[in-house]
Amino acid sequence: MSLDVTGDQAQPPAQVSVELTDERIRLLEEKALFVRTETVRLISIAKTGHYASTFSCAEIFAALYYHVLNLRRGDPGYPARDRFVMGKGHAAVGLYPLLADWGFFDTSVLDEYTRLGNPLGDHPDMTEVSGVDFSSGTLGHALSAGLGMALGSRITANPFSVFVLLGDGELHEGQIWEAAMSASHHRAGNLIAIVDRNGYSLDGAVDDVVGLEPLADRWRAFGWEVHEVDGHDAGAVASVLARLKNRPHDAAPAVLIAHTVKGKGVHFMESEFGWHLGWLDRADEEAVYAELNGGTAA
Amino acid sequence: MTQQTVAPPADRVGYRDNSWQLTDMADKATGFHALADALVALTERGHPIVAGTADLKYSNGLVRYQQRYPERFLQFGISEQNMVSAAAGLATTGLIPYVATFASFMSLLAVEQMRTDTAYTKQPVRMIGHHAGFALGFYGASHHATEDIAITRSMANMTVLAPADPAQLAALVEASVDVDGPVYLRMGRGREPLVYDAATAADVRIGRAVVHGFGSDVTLVATGTMVHPALEAVRLLRDRGIDAGVVDMHTVKPLDVDAVLAAARASSLLVAVEEHNVVGGLGGAVAETLTEHGAAVRLVRHGVRDHYVPVGPPTHLYRHLGLDADGIAERVVTALNGEGSDHG
Repeated sequence: MSLDVTGDQAQPPAQVSVELTDERIRLLEEKALFVRTETVRLISIAKTGHYASTFSCAEIFAALYYHVLNLRRGDPGYPARDRFVMGKGHAAVGLYPLLADWGFFDTSVLDEYTRLGNPLGDHPDMTEVSGVDFSSGTLGHALSAGLGMALGSRITANPFSVFVLLGDGELHEGQIWEAAMSASHHRAGNLIAIVDRNGYSLDGAVDDVVGLEPLADRWRAFGWEVHEVDGHDAGAVASVLARLKNRPHDAAPAVLIAHTVKGKGVHFMESEFGWHLGWLDRADEEAVYAELNGGTAA
Repeated sequence: MTQQTVAPPADRVGYRDNSWQLTDMADKATGFHALADALVALTERGHPIVAGTADLKYSNGLVRYQQRYPERFLQFGISEQNMVSAAAGLATTGLIPYVATFASFMSLLAVEQMRTDTAYTKQPVRMIGHHAGFALGFYGASHHATEDIAITRSMANMTVLAPADPAQLAALVEASVDVDGPVYLRMGRGREPLVYDAATAADVRIGRAVVHGFGSDVTLVATGTMVHPALEAVRLLRDRGIDAGVVDMHTVKPLDVDAVLAAARASSLLVAVEEHNVVGGLGGAVAETLTEHGAAVRLVRHGVRDHYVPVGPPTHLYRHLGLDADGIAERVVTALNGEGSDHG
């Protein structure tokens, strides 16, 4: 299958199709499955990892990397590329296989995930991993870093777009709202945030820990254009992100609240928030592969 | 009687007419004009500079940069953490951001952003912490920065600079453009008396101390705002028959190890002088170097003696804390008389 999905336009902003073909939607669904199965494989190497947080954003990864982002295969430093910054860096295990798939590093690097001497950690390190646009780990920084990139795009007359994936629990961090206020003030229309609204953080339901609602209104009050989507409908995610990317770069910044299920695709992870961090033993791992490949979560 | 007791000391007169805030130099020579003008010069020469601040453009003079390059000036409002992280993002696009706020807020409020977003990522962000030490005298401890050297020099990849005067500031800002990785640049009030003329300052090299002589009795290793009073203290000490010299350690990291060891060989006493806590700052860095090289010389760390600084006008605080020329000289004399340190 072709990875040359957005082309190598020398003059971005690269307009990207809002209408997805059935073939493209099937590609995105395949890639979301690829994210999940690779996540299981890589965490089996590390022997602990964030399965559930990664499964909730698998379709978001797929939509970005196989429809929305302007990337050039094998060229992670391509200056006109769109940027992707992960606030919830603990889902990087699902990103690494996609970066390898784009030829940013050899797929064999995945096989030693988190082992001493390997560049791939639980959280992504831009100085070590080709294709990672910014390091993360501490929640709350990414929207600011993305804002800096978006403003840098304007100052350097290099009109790429910046996508920032935020966890919903991450929105408890005050710096997010500093960045939100700043981005709308600076009319950073090429800054697009995606909230993975999977509903859970470490201590339980996010809205029990500290309530976020009315979340869409809160973003609107900060001057953002707000959209909501079923975060597991890869075609819908890709379509709305494409629409947001195609807007003028001096528009209001935009946020997509993606309603997702933590642990999506594995029934016992969907129903138990304790799977934020965990490890599957061999027998459970086979059952998980079977459930994912069967395509039906109980 | 009462009148006599509360009669202002000589320097109190200065307080009344606010002359404690000012030096005799022209306004143009202030550090904050020097900062903005150096950034303008770098931009004119084609360096990809952007400047940003957190609602302090009049305090740090970056308004002058904004007037010249409005499209390259970014106002972040009172959001220091957002500013530092955004500067890291700006740096990834090929720009060299200089962002400035009070040193206390830069090094304490935004410390994790400095470390994780600029140092860990090796991004060329230049963070200017101005009004360091107790330059904001009577604002209180929240606005004093007496830990920033200790904090920033413990960050891997970070370069730590503390210019002595506006001329050296301009030279170090110009030199900083080529530094690989992030830089923390510590400024005082911007009104420091001139130590250097522009031509002399232009010779400054990051990581290479400026040696104003070694004294056989004592060498003062001073940084930033303490260089000028240290040089004055040398003259006071000479009047008392004590042979003294000064090393201007404008780069705290990487420390000029050769200069420290040369001073150790030449002098029977070293005194580190800094407008900073004695724990972890320049004195700590010098002590580490001396110990690791087995240098057999006594070191006195002279600075804020591990406490919070009371409120007061800065010049009064210098006197109160023994960080003016008289106080530095006195500390040397007591040390040469064998008196130890009363702090950790």
